[in-house]
Amino acid sequence: MVGGESPRQGDGAGGRFARRRARHRSSMELEAHATRERTGEAEPSGMLDIRDLRIHFPTDDGLVKAVDGLSFTLDRGRTLGIVGESGSGKSVTSLGILGLYNTGNAQMSGKIYLDGEDIVAASQARVRELRGNKMAMIFQDPLSSMHPYYTVGDQIAEAYLIHNKVGKKAARAHAVDLLKRVGIPQAASRVDDYPHQFSGGMRQRAMIAMALSCDPELLIADEPTTALDVTVQAQILDLILDLQQEYDSAVIMITHDLGVVAELADDILVMYAGRMAEYGSSEDIFTRPGHPYTWGLLGSMPRLDEVRQERLLSIRGTPPSLINVPAGCPFHPRCDYAARTNGRSENEVPGLRPVGPGHLVACHLSTDEQRRIWAERAKVAS
Amino acid sequence: MGTFIVRRLIASVFLLIVVAAITFAIFFLLPRLAGQTTYNLATQYVGRNPTRSAVLQIEQQLGLNKPLYVQYGHFLKGIVAGEHYSAGPNTVYCPPPCFGYSFKSQLPVWPQMASDIPVTLSLAIGASVIWLVSGVSIGVLSALKRGSVFDRAAMGVALAGVSLPVFFTGLILLELFVYKWNLLPAPTFVPFTQNPWKWAENLILPWITLAFLYAALYARLTRAGMLETMNEDYIRTARAKGLPERTVITKHGLRAALTPLVTIFGMDLGLLLGGAIITEFTFGLHGLGLFTIEAIQNQDLPEILGVTLLAAFFIVIANMVVDILYAYIDPRVRP
Repeated sequence: MVGGESPRQGDGAGGRFARRRARHRSSMELEAHATRERTGEAEPSGMLDIRDLRIHFPTDDGLVKAVDGLSFTLDRGRTLGIVGESGSGKSVTSLGILGLYNTGNAQMSGKIYLDGEDIVAASQARVRELRGNKMAMIFQDPLSSMHPYYTVGDQIAEAYLIHNKVGKKAARAHAVDLLKRVGIPQAASRVDDYPHQFSGGMRQRAMIAMALSCDPELLIADEPTTALDVTVQAQILDLILDLQQEYDSAVIMITHDLGVVAELADDILVMYAGRMAEYGSSEDIFTRPGHPYTWGLLGSMPRLDEVRQERLLSIRGTPPSLINVPAGCPFHPRCDYAARTNGRSENEVPGLRPVGPGHLVACHLSTDEQRRIWAERAKVAS
Repeated sequence: MGTFIVRRLIASVFLLIVVAAITFAIFFLLPRLAGQTTYNLATQYVGRNPTRSAVLQIEQQLGLNKPLYVQYGHFLKGIVAGEHYSAGPNTVYCPPPCFGYSFKSQLPVWPQMASDIPVTLSLAIGASVIWLVSGVSIGVLSALKRGSVFDRAAMGVALAGVSLPVFFTGLILLELFVYKWNLLPAPTFVPFTQNPWKWAENLILPWITLAFLYAALYARLTRAGMLETMNEDYIRTARAKGLPERTVITKHGLRAALTPLVTIFGMDLGLLLGGAIITEFTFGLHGLGLFTIEAIQNQDLPEILGVTLLAAFFIVIANMVVDILYAYIDPRVRP
């Protein structure tokens, strides 16, 4: 395969990209404009606009910089895949967006605009109103993420009861409705089951129903398929995609599985050591990635559409400690190409640089060099 | 659920029969295995200066010369249906539950124990309410404010509570509240049915003394359980739903954190109902604890046997209640 033409299971994913691209976002832009006039200085755009987000945790060993200067925007109806190894700050980012670090000992700075409203600066009570209502989250392991002592129906109805002025009966009917919507058979009777009585896939469906209970505009899915069987994974991803189209919500899909984002995401954000390494459309990331780290991630992904290699390529070394992030480019100690930058990688933090329309890369290699190396790598791989 | 309770009940009865057999064996089989003759055994039941004829008579009366299984049968029959004992010239009927007849005190065992049960019951239940409420609330607050001044102070006091013996704290309280400041009467038992106020007034010091020990333990257990639970994924889920923090703590956190306490509480209460020996002794309350001490001092075998069985009974019942409660609390163990 030359040039990495399409991601895994290319046909379906390609079709989805096209479908998604075509969607209008004029109403969003109007709303953003209105907010801009209200706030004056800041100009939030899109339904989610994150600017220079930093989430640091002071510990006895030092300051853990879990997220260190992250900025991106996301529009309604679009899906953003956040990719990175464990400890790259993906989950912390998502919990930060939900405002779950506004309390306690975390230090949070920057802006998170949700429909023009800054979550970082908002009061706890206000963030709590938004949480589970306007923004919701699907967690990784549905068994441990659901309370073992309450029925699935109770847990789905809980958020609905809190955020809406409805009675218990209406909330229960709503829960049954949602269970039907996410494809649970005999929803009317299974609503009274406990999580342990559900299978893994059904639990994840119930988890999704829980997140959807208030029609969120922003849905964050944190590795929603990691704990599931491969056959069930595809069903769950399809379900999330279908529901997104139904609700026209913005989705952030956090994963370390590039296959998942290839399926679902319009845009992909590659995170490394709490910072953005690369950002672009799915096509950008899969067909013309610019960051050596992205190359490494792509190289370590098993592919069925290629002659089998001797072994998968892994990225050497381990992710850096978030307390002592390497100086310069945080990836340089693991990078095969750092030597080509005349020492800049070791000393200078690379800024985000556009290499194409809407395609940002934080790397000292020149754009030409990036293209050449990627073309070489693709040739070797085929 | 119904069948589960019935099954659990049957299992408890069976367990009690086994406990009775083991207790019986300890008092009647072990001495024989150790080489004691039935005559020697009978000697213990006769007063200070046993004559040979009296001993033989007792041996006959108690059926000590009969095979062991017959004796065990008699013993069980006494508990269920009552038994006749010939004490001296007249026959005494010991109504069920008959735990035997004490030839030392010339009285059936059960009525003596029965009159002591209210004392122990009042002591155990009152103390358990105090320690449960204070221990759990201190534990929860400590967990939620981990590392704070309150947490450190509470855990310091808790450490003292676990380490200080009841006869120390009890005597200090007695000295201060009763003898020095004359705030409370010296504890004597007044039945609840007779005068609830006096009942509580007399028991408050023993309650506090006993509760201090347990509250300390429960505060530490609750704190540990709460800290663990608040780190669970489902707590994060509850927060992500936008629930108020109070709901997250009480509905999602406490419910899970307190479940293990149910087991421990059941066992502790069951154990205490068999007699809070040191507390009763310290405050001179004649409950099952003092009864036990006296029985041991007098080497009154039927009384020791009786109180042992009764204590076992309370523990078995407590266990059963805990099991049933657990099924109610945790749907995962529901049959």
